[in-house]
Order: sequence, then C-alpha cells, then structure tokens
Amino acid sequence: MTANRTTLRVALLVAPILLSLLITAVLVLAVGKDPIEVMTAILEGAFRNSNAIAGVVNFWIPLTFACLGLVITFTAGLWNIGVEGQMMMGAVFASWAARTIVLPTPLLIPIEIVLAMAGGAFWGVLVGVLRVRLGVNEIFGGVALNALASVIVIYLISGPWQPPEGGSAQSTPPFPAESLLPEMSPEFPVSLLALVLALVIILTVYFALRGTRWGLNLKATGKNPRSALLLGVPTTQTALSAFIVCGAIAGIGGAYRVLFTFDSLRPLPSGGIGFLGLLVVLMVANHPLIAPIVGFVFATILAGSTRLRVVLQLDQSLAEVLQGFVVLLVLMANGLRGRILSSPRSSPEVVQEQPAPTTVTSAAEAASHE
Amino acid sequence: MRKLFLAVLIVAVGLLMALPAVAQDDGLTFGMILVGPQSDRGWSQAHYEGGQYVEANLPGSQMLVFESLNSADAPETTLLQVVTEMVDQGATLIITSSDAFEEDTDVVAEAFPDVTFINASGDNAFTGEAPANVGNTMGQVEWAKLIAGCAAGLTTETGSIGYLGPLINGETRRLAASAYLGARYCYENYKGGDPAALTFTVTWIGFWFNIPGVTLDPTAEVNTFFDNGADVVMSGIDTPEVMTVAGQRAERGESVYGVAYDYAAGCDVAPGVCLGVPYFNWGPAYLDIATRVNEGTYTPEWTWNGPDWSDMNNPDTSSVGFIAGDGLSEENAASLDEFIAMLATFAEEHPDADGLPTAFGLWEGPLALQDGTVLAAEGEFVKPIEADNPLTIWYLPQLLEGMVGASE
Repeated sequence: MTANRTTLRVALLVAPILLSLLITAVLVLAVGKDPIEVMTAILEGAFRNSNAIAGVVNFWIPLTFACLGLVITFTAGLWNIGVEGQMMMGAVFASWAARTIVLPTPLLIPIEIVLAMAGGAFWGVLVGVLRVRLGVNEIFGGVALNALASVIVIYLISGPWQPPEGGSAQSTPPFPAESLLPEMSPEFPVSLLALVLALVIILTVYFALRGTRWGLNLKATGKNPRSALLLGVPTTQTALSAFIVCGAIAGIGGAYRVLFTFDSLRPLPSGGIGFLGLLVVLMVANHPLIAPIVGFVFATILAGSTRLRVVLQLDQSLAEVLQGFVVLLVLMANGLRGRILSSPRSSPEVVQEQPAPTTVTSAAEAASHE
Repeated sequence: MRKLFLAVLIVAVGLLMALPAVAQDDGLTFGMILVGPQSDRGWSQAHYEGGQYVEANLPGSQMLVFESLNSADAPETTLLQVVTEMVDQGATLIITSSDAFEEDTDVVAEAFPDVTFINASGDNAFTGEAPANVGNTMGQVEWAKLIAGCAAGLTTETGSIGYLGPLINGETRRLAASAYLGARYCYENYKGGDPAALTFTVTWIGFWFNIPGVTLDPTAEVNTFFDNGADVVMSGIDTPEVMTVAGQRAERGESVYGVAYDYAAGCDVAPGVCLGVPYFNWGPAYLDIATRVNEGTYTPEWTWNGPDWSDMNNPDTSSVGFIAGDGLSEENAASLDEFIAMLATFAEEHPDADGLPTAFGLWEGPLALQDGTVLAAEGEFVKPIEADNPLTIWYLPQLLEGMVGASE
C-alpha cells in the first residue's frame, strides 16, 4: 500500500513536468522550430561556460531570498503578495547607503545589507499591521504597497537621486565601486558573500521552522489559527513576525539586485522576482530546502532562454509559457494528490505534507481577533 | 600515383575545411539590441529596419536581434548576458540602440575589447568617457522636429499644442524645443497668429514607452491634452499612442490631430488625422559603420548625421526625414513645403564643419531658457554642441522660455 502511494506521489510530481515539456514542444513545432534544438539552446544558454552559469546563479540568488521569505509567511498562512514591494524597499535602503555612506567595502557592505533588511522588514510589517490591526486583507495591502514602493523608486530615480544630466525613469547614477558587492572572479562573476548568505538563510529557515518554538507557532497559526490561539499561541505577534522576517530576507534580495546585478537603483529593481518566488513556493508546498532547487530550475529556464532569442530568434515568452505550464500543472497535480492521499485511508503524516497557505483567511481573522 | 592521390586528397580536405572559415570571414555578424519590441512602430522598429538595411546591402552580413531589453520585460537579463551570447555567435559589432544602455554599454565594452560597440544617441565617445571600442551615432532629427512643429503650428485652431515627452534629458528637451520653435514660427508667419498666445505644453511620461506602474500612461496623457483644449498632440515617445488616441477621437467626430515620431510609417496608425512624422533612417549610418568594421577600418567616433536636403526621404542618403500626413490640408502642406525649402537654404548656408553641424534653423536669438537664462542674444545662433558647454542645443539644460512643462 505504501509502495503504491509512493509511486503515485512520484508520478504526480514527474507527470506535470513531462506534460508541460510536451505541450511546449508542440508549441515549438507549431512555430516551425525543433523542440530538441530549443531545449538544447536553453541548456547551452545556461551552462555553456562559467559566465553563463554565473548568469543563472545571479538570478537564483535574489529568487532564493524571495522564496525563503515567502516560505515563512506561507507557513503562517499568509499570502504575502507584497514581497515585491519588500524587495524594492530593500533595494531603496541599500541604495541610500551606497550613495551616502563613504566607507571601505568590508565595512559598507554589511551596513547596506542590514539597511536593506530593515527596509524590507519595514515594508513587510506595514502589510502585517494593515492586516492585524485594520483588517485589510494582506493580498490587497500587499498589492497597494507594491505599487507605492514602485512609485517611491521612480520618484527617487527621477527626482532627488536623478543623474546630473537630468531626471528620467531609467536609473540613478552608478554607485561608487566600493559600495558594490565584489565578484568572485571575471570568469565567474557571482558575489561569494551573497551566495554564502543565501545558503545560510536556507539552513536557518529550515531549522527555524523545524526546531524552534517560533517555527511551531508559525505552523500552528498557519494550519489552524483559532485552535492555535486557544492553545496560547500569540497569533498576532506570530503573523507580524512572519511579515517582518520575510520582508527582511526579501530586502536582501532587493539589495543584491542594485548592488550586484546592476550598479544603481533602477525602476522595478525586484523585476518580478517576488512574484516568481510566490509560484515556486506554491509549487513546493513551502519546503525551505526544495524551494531553492526548484528556483534554480526556473532560473535556468529564464537565463538560458536569452540564447533562444539570440540564436533561434524565438520569443522569450516561450520560456515563460513553459514556466507557466510547469506551475499550473504542478499545482493541479498537488491538488489531485491532496484529494487522493487525504482520503480516510490516508495516514495523518501524509496529510500534514499538504500546502498550508490555504488557511490564510482564518489565520488572519484569528490574528485580528486575538 | 598513390602519393599524388594522397596529396590531392589532403589538399581537397584542407580546402573543404578552409572554405567555411573563408566564407565566415566574408560576412559580418552584428548584434542589434533593442530597448523595446522590434515591431513597436517607433524607435526600436526603426533600428531593427536599419539593421535589415545593413543585411540587404552588406553581402554576407547577419543580424542577431535581442528586443525588449528593459527591467520590466526582461528582468532576468542583463546587457552583459545578451552581448556575451551575441559574441559567442560571432558578432564583432554590437549596436545598443538606446540611451538606456549608454552606461552599461561602456562597462560591457571593456569586457570585450575586440568587439566594436555603437551606442545610438549617446555622446560618451564625444566627451571621451567611452572606452576605445565604443562609438556613437545619432541623426539630426532636430530638423525634422522643426518641420513637425511647423505642421502642428499651421494646423492648430485652438492655439494649444500638446507634446508627449518620454523622460527628461538633453536629447528630449532639445527635440521638444525644436518642435516648439517650428510651431511658433509657422503659427506666427504663415498662420498669422500671435506667438505669445500659442500654448505649447510638454508632459513627460518618465520613460521611452509605457511601463505600467512605472511611467505615466501615455494613452491617458494624450486624452488629457485633448480634454484640456489641445487640438494637436505631438509624440516624442517610442510608441504610437498619440496617433492611436487621435484616431479614436477623430472617429468620434472631434477635430483633433496627431504628429507621429521615430518611424517612417508612423502615420499608418491613423493616417487621416496624422499631420506627419519626423523619423530616423538608421540604415545608411549603420551600413557605413558595419562596412568599415567589416573592413577593419572603423575607428570609434561620434557622429550626428543630417538630412539629405535634396531629398529628405531618400532611404539611401538621408539619416532623418519627414513625411507629411493626410491630415495636413493642401494650404498648410504648401506652407510647410515653403518652410522646408527655407530650412534647406539655411542648411546650405551653414554647412557642417569637421563633421559637426554649425547651426540649426530657428535656433537663433533672442532665445532664453525657462528660468530666463539667455541662450542666444539677438542675431546669434545657439551652438549645436560644444564640449563642457551646457548652453548648446545638444545639452539643452532646460526647455525654452514660452514652453509649458517641467525641465527637470
């Protein structure tokens, strides 16, 4: 029986990926190209040399920060759509430090990162306060704060931080070299510090959720906030802390975009990475170790697809179509798996592995009634 | 006999191996990096077609295109990644076709010292800030903007013209100002209006095209112009919202007009209400650069190419042009032709020197900036460009006195 269930779980994991590849292949054939050539181009684009791999890693790092932050809020049953804004505010705070503070790189970088965390956390707690104190659904609050963060970025770029030649919505002047994250080598231009930080945060989030009281509170709040409240879990503080920690981690991702990917503050510095993170975390049902792996697959597809456009002159949206089908079909498979495995014959252990954020409304309600 | 056979075989194999290499050496592979879509009916499409012109006229040349490289459409992609891909495919010339890429082009070019980079519309090769392998090119579209402004000044009945600008910098200020000078001159001298009564309002959307959530919505801004009394709106952005909205409102019976920009076929969006289109023709400049890069004779330089006054719309000789639209009345078209002839005479009397323009028509004093700073005294011409001199047309630091809108 267990073997059958394991087979079913594996099948429901592999089948949607294969099916999305098949659908994409049909689409590629429909536009008169060879699917094998397309897949080869994506893989070559992502892995043909150390520079290409660095391109994948440089997209994966901020995506991982966004994902890990979202794992926390999703565990608490909160749909933190505002993660984009939290990344943007992290970028803004880091940019302020980069523009303003004159210190040697080893001293300045930690300050920039701490400020980026503060900026993201500040934007995160605003969503939380709106939710738990004023009853504003975190989805609506997040969307509004994303828009506001974008307006702030544009205002800074075209206003007080505009280049000397005049204001535009393009970018601030480049930051001083000493304020930027150093790269490992010209052959592998990736920030070692950011890479290490990403790995540290992956492990920290994993162990925090698995082995701390705070992690237990997050899970309890996410799974059944009313029961959690009755059992003495401070659901309001827990929800707020989830937003703060998520914002702080996402803020580092925003800092990475302006201090390494670019060398200045630009419009939409988050670049939709937060939204992509939402999809990834949904797909992996909040698992803090699997999210970075799936994020790496997505980073590979997106970074590799640059080659699609240059070599095959195919529209990059093809890669986005592939990505969209993967997400849609995996989510459908997750739902199917949930329905099959949560039948009365299923063990409680299996049921516990289902995605948690569906309890958001009740979690937030409990938090607001606490 | 066997030795001869072997020798022939070796030579034949050697030739077969060498031929593809020789064939590859004959052709130039160049990259064209666009900030917007290659079919935007504006700035990016004009560049794309300039690249196609090179392919058609430089035997063996091949263009690699990357469109919509901007933080909204391709957040995962950097200029470095795109250039790396193109160089991997054999590109030895990379054209970055927007000022949005100016700074990044210089940084990336340093990583590829054997590749020639051209940043369109930039000036770092002029100022000396660019690396040794980066050149710039731009068209003197100021002339065409003067003509476009004239068409607007001739046509407006309300005495109110709107100008939809992209972001604010020296380039966009000088183009808006050129349109204003053309409008003011023709409103006064052909239409008989009072130039002081002409309202010329500039609204900047914040970028070269609409990015939802980042820029102002160009469609909404054009409607605002018309709602506030303008009957002619001129486009200064990369995409055709001005013509789209003007066409829609004309269909509802309103007497409104638009002036397109950037792309020769810009009027096609709404031909009946289009007064004309000032446009870039990048083909000749790009062909010249590509040919010299292919021959190994190109030395990075800054060029600002003018129109061919014998035929402004000659696709092989003119870097900028103006095509009158169907919305222009016969009477106004005749006045416009007269105005163009006047500019051509002026240009003939003030020929380029050392590859630089010496004066632009109507850029003659008395002219002042919005804050009252004198740009040119009575009888003086504003200098087209001069190192470290902001009071020039190229670096125009503010809009002109008489224009309404933000200068920075």
